[in-house]
Amino acid sequence: MAEQKASTAIEAVESGLAAQGYIASRQIATAVYLSQRIEKPILVEGPAGVGKTELAKAVAAWRGKKMIRLQCYEGLDEAKALYEWKYAKQLLYTQILKDKLGEVLGGARTLHAALEQLHDFGDVFFSKEFVEPRPLLQALEHPGGCVLLIDEIDKSDAEFESLLLEILSDFQVTIPELGTVFAITPPTVILTSNSERDLGDALKRRCLHLHIGFPEQRLEERIVESRVPGISQTLRRQMVGFIHEIRSLDLKKLPSVSETIDWARVLVLLQASELDTEIVKDTLNVLLKYEADIEAAQPQITTFIAKAARSNVFG
Amino acid sequence: MRENIHRFFRAARGAGVHVSPAESIDAMRAVAEVGLSDRAILRDTLLLTLAKSQDEKLALGECFDLFFSQPEPRQEQPEANNDDTPQEAAQSRSSGATSDAGANQPSEGLGPLAQMLLSQDRNAIAAAIASAAGAASLSDIRYSTQRGIFSSRILDAMGLQRLRDDLDELTATNPALAERLRATLEGLREAVRDTVAQGLALYAREEAENLRNEILRNAPLARIERRQVAEMRALIRQIARRLRERYSKPRKRQRRGHLDVRRTLRRNAAWGGVPFLTAWKRKHRDRPKILALCDVSGSVAQVSDFFLLLIHSLHEVVDDVRSFAFSSHLIEVSDILESKSPEEAMAEIMSKVGFGSSDYGSSLVDFEKQWMNTLTPQTTVIMLGDARSNNLDPRADILRRISERSKRLVWLNPEGRLAWGFGDSEMPRYATFCSLVRQCATAQQLERAVSDIVATYQ
Repeated sequence: MAEQKASTAIEAVESGLAAQGYIASRQIATAVYLSQRIEKPILVEGPAGVGKTELAKAVAAWRGKKMIRLQCYEGLDEAKALYEWKYAKQLLYTQILKDKLGEVLGGARTLHAALEQLHDFGDVFFSKEFVEPRPLLQALEHPGGCVLLIDEIDKSDAEFESLLLEILSDFQVTIPELGTVFAITPPTVILTSNSERDLGDALKRRCLHLHIGFPEQRLEERIVESRVPGISQTLRRQMVGFIHEIRSLDLKKLPSVSETIDWARVLVLLQASELDTEIVKDTLNVLLKYEADIEAAQPQITTFIAKAARSNVFG
Repeated sequence: MRENIHRFFRAARGAGVHVSPAESIDAMRAVAEVGLSDRAILRDTLLLTLAKSQDEKLALGECFDLFFSQPEPRQEQPEANNDDTPQEAAQSRSSGATSDAGANQPSEGLGPLAQMLLSQDRNAIAAAIASAAGAASLSDIRYSTQRGIFSSRILDAMGLQRLRDDLDELTATNPALAERLRATLEGLREAVRDTVAQGLALYAREEAENLRNEILRNAPLARIERRQVAEMRALIRQIARRLRERYSKPRKRQRRGHLDVRRTLRRNAAWGGVPFLTAWKRKHRDRPKILALCDVSGSVAQVSDFFLLLIHSLHEVVDDVRSFAFSSHLIEVSDILESKSPEEAMAEIMSKVGFGSSDYGSSLVDFEKQWMNTLTPQTTVIMLGDARSNNLDPRADILRRISERSKRLVWLNPEGRLAWGFGDSEMPRYATFCSLVRQCATAQQLERAVSDIVATYQ
């Protein structure tokens, strides 16, 4: 029975994401379903522009939750990711409260007594009011849970990865002055990586590892259909077929799904009804981002269009 | 089925996917969530939870397909109980056997295995093989030489002894049936052999590879056989990956707790020097700059080949590599190595400078003329060669100048220390100007040497 439930639940995830305009493959839907059931983060790897970040947005929109995004970069540290003491506010308060402090401490005769009294205030200046929550802490404290997107984790330093481990496995953070903060509702965590460097095994072990590659032709057509509704069916087939041909070339940067969608929009704007050599030549810079790539693709355009048209007839 | 999943974890380890106990627990939890009925979902689930990179996903996918293509012992079928309760099975079988094996069979007195073979019940035979394989713990198989012993263990577990007795008996009483039984026995042996081969493919890959790599790592590079060159290249690539992982950590490390007073004051000038914003000291680390001079004459060529391959696959770790090859004169080969596949590059280098008799002196002169000014105090210079200069002028004075201009000068010599200084070897004379001289004849020594060089920059 549980098995029946699982496959229908995975289908529900698929259609839920589709309603948000994200056409997910079966594997993606399985990953989203599993991450929810066994409360594990998803680590999404794949080339740029295949919809890794989009997935997090779609999951957040589908579940009706807030999305908190942490963009990683070299030099990101816990002060910017986790929490920070509001140093300026602390200074300002001590300046303003100077008189009051003097008044309170004025009663003490000796330095020792003044120190005693100061201790009585407790950690006034190291309380919750002076903590500036950064994305990770915000995500833990968000009532009702949220979707936490840790974007491009491979750009951050290895030390930052270790910092994440506590959050990813137990959904908690330890602040030395305040104690441990537990998540009220465990957030759905999605990490993305462009494989710029290899991530640590400790981090990978705590995650479901999902690789999103370039989609199959059918899937990509559906993605274009949902994102660019104005495009005609023949043109859609032709252009997706063309892009699949382009991806077989040895290029510096292959066009990914985001480029496909951009190109579809451009073609609709130019009111093209079908692909021809002229229009492809004029708009190739939407697909390919390097001069060398464009030069490599130029001579192949006519053959690729013919191939795409042929596959269209038989497909 | 639970048992099967555990066996699959072992097979996955055999395929080179690292599965720790914690991961197998997670995978079991995930499998419990999705169930086992839908194989596609099960495959996705295992791939999501166990694999940690694209390579591992491919390996694991293959392993999954191979693993679940074999017949599983199915408990719900009555035939599968054969091994536990031979009598019962024999009875149920004898009725079936008589009907499909033709006329009045005298199969009453036969053992269960003979019954099963004569009835030609493929499912039952497959199930019996699988459970016998379990009894013989086929998943412990490690080396291809163990195939025979595992085959015979499985056959024994299936009751081969009894079958032999039956055969002897039948040959006397019913030769025709004995002939048929013998033929089916051959078929059974083949099936068992296939099962063992599959088990070997599933469970033993890792072990066999480890053993082969271990041998390869310690084999002298100059004397490896032609067919091993490709394997050696793969091994070198593996070494490069390991070095990359170890040394590609960020070079910038914040020196936490050390206030950068100057930057703090400057940043807070607007508030009259009251330190609202603090700035901390950082420490930069250099990435290695390497300049390699490789002898490509005669026996050293092979070692130089692997060394250049290793150095040039360390992009993430090493900032800047320039390589030079020489035998009688010296040329720069960095571009050739960067733009071509290892095989082609090496062939081109050899056609340009290889096969000459080595002349260290004139090669050093070539270097001094054209490239001496590229040396900086951050550069590590690596010389690779046997220092056998055919009794020509060694020009050790140039080597001294190289040593003075660079951070370090390391000499890697494929020859053993014993041979240094004998015959036309100029090693002792050169060694005085080197920061480090070491022997470098095997892949393992190569790895250590490069690892040490990179480590001095950390």
